[in-house]
This record gives sequence, structure tokens and C-alpha cells, in this order.
Amino acid sequence: MTVPEVLDERFRERAAAEGELDVAYTLTDSPVGDLLVAATKRGVCRISFDPEPEHELEWLARSYGLRVLRASRPLDGPRRELDEYFDGKRKEFELPVDLAALPSFQQLVLDELQLVPYGATATYGGLAERIGRPRAARAVGGALNKNPVPIVVPCHRIVGASGSLVGYAGGLERKEKLLALEGALLS
Amino acid sequence: MMNAVAIPPFERFYADTSEEIWRYLVRLLGRDAAEDAYQETFLRALRGYPKLSHARHLRAWAYTIATRVAVDERRRRKPDEAVPELGAEDSRPAYAELGDLAGDLPATERAAVVLRYGYDLTYADIGAALGSSEAAARQAASSGVRRLRRRST
Repeated sequence: MTVPEVLDERFRERAAAEGELDVAYTLTDSPVGDLLVAATKRGVCRISFDPEPEHELEWLARSYGLRVLRASRPLDGPRRELDEYFDGKRKEFELPVDLAALPSFQQLVLDELQLVPYGATATYGGLAERIGRPRAARAVGGALNKNPVPIVVPCHRIVGASGSLVGYAGGLERKEKLLALEGALLS
Repeated sequence: MMNAVAIPPFERFYADTSEEIWRYLVRLLGRDAAEDAYQETFLRALRGYPKLSHARHLRAWAYTIATRVAVDERRRRKPDEAVPELGAEDSRPAYAELGDLAGDLPATERAAVVLRYGYDLTYADIGAALGSSEAAARQAASSGVRRLRRRST
């Protein structure tokens, strides 16, 4: 006798509605593959290209608190914005992000990164200069590589000094697709 | 110091226990009342989760919360509603009778009896679940059983 689906869903939604969760997450599909999207009460804290939640849940629990539960309602807003973005109808995200669990240097890099506009690109060195650490291009690369909220915090807009795509934690194919969507690539 | 067992994300605890807790509540309360009790059980678990200091006895902990919720639910009901109708598809195992029988024992004794004889948990697990010792759990179960015996003779 399995738990009736409607009962299971009712519990999940109620847990979220009563503010009992540290993190709510859901799975959603997108043109760059299935995504896991997670949010705290403060904002979106994780977008993962790996739809297998197991090790994501561990990370979320360690970073934001143990009460991690799949519940779709709190993610309705972020999912809508992502859909609009992938449809080419949205150039800026309004959803808040929660980067509070990250080391301060990484927060600094990711805050600055959010100023790189839709359709534009910048280089690692350029971003390092903008945060006043011109010699820290490599550290900037490391911070971007561990960006927990890709797409919304647009690490795909950072390219190598020669304009080459170089690394992307989600794979170069996804990076290319996102830049093409934004019209930042001459194909 | 013993090694602390890492507490899993709530989602995993829920996935591991939700089905058996649902079955347990349906057997104790009948299907309709079990729906509310199920929600209440896991909401209480969610509220208590950050206060856990280790993950030993997590399953017993879930049963204990469910048992307390079921006891509260039974207290709220009028006496003539006390015996639930059970769905015919659910062949009733022996320990289900135990849940009904133990229904008006003091909560600790009831939990100890049901967890020991219905669900075969060890006294160490039951003690941890009830926030007491192994010896206290053994004591609660045996005094619950004595009380039931006195009643049935």
C-alpha cells in the first residue's frame, strides 16, 4: 500500500507553505536538459544540470540546512522566469538568488558577474579587474566553475582571453547553446 | 566518543519512512483519519528534525511520532467512532490488533508495546525513540503488557 500521490503532494506543499523548509527543490526540463532548481526563503540557491538529486541534496543540506524537500510551489516563479528566458522573452532575471552559503571571494565574483548583460561576454581577466583583483584571473575561473546558480548567474558569459569558450561546469555544449540563445555567438 | 551518524537530508528520511508510516497509521486509525495523521506526523518530524543530534534510531523516531499523533487523534474522537473501518484490500496482520488493543494505554507504554511487539524494534531503538534508556523502554513495554493482561482477564 503506497502513499497516495495526492496525500504526498499535499504534505510537501503544506511543509513549504508553513515555512518549515530550509530548501525546496523541483526538477524541470529545459532546452539544455533536465534541471534541478532549488531555493531557500531568500532566493534561488542552486540550479543543477545533473538531474540526479542524490548528491545535490547532500550539498544543499550541508550548505543551507537539513530540511530539504521536493516541493514545486515555491519554485513556480523561478521556473516561469527560466521558461521565459529559454523562449527568448526574458533578458534579465528578477528572481532573487541566495549566495549566502558561499565563501566571500566567490560571492564577490558572482555579484560582479551578474552585471555582465544579456548578449554580452567578458573575459576572466576582465572580471578579475572589475573586482579590483587584476592578477586573480585564475581564482576568478575557480569561483565561476563552482557557481551554484548557472544560467541565472551568467557564468556562461565569461570567455577566454581570445574569445574562445573554454571551460564550463555544465559542459561546453550548454555554454554554446546559452550564448547562441542570447545572440552572443556568431555561428 | 561514538561516531555520530550523519543525519540525511529530510527528503531521504521521508522517502525511506513515508510508506511504512502510512501503512502503520491506516492500521491504527483507518484510512480517513490516517490522512490527517500522516500530514501531522511528518510536519512534526520536520519541526523536530533540526534538533536531532544523530541519525541512529531515525526509523523508530518516526514510529514514535506517528504513535503519538495516533494517540492524540484517538483522544479527540468520540467513543462511538473509536473503531475504524478498514479497507478490505488490507489483510490485517496481528500487530494491527495490537495497535487497537493498546490504544488507551499511557502514551509511552503504548509506543513501547507497539514498537516492540508490532514492529520488532529493539529496546535500544525504542529507548532512543522515546528519549529514555533501553532499560526504561523495556520497563514501559512490560508494564504496558501487564496492564493489557489485567484488562483482558
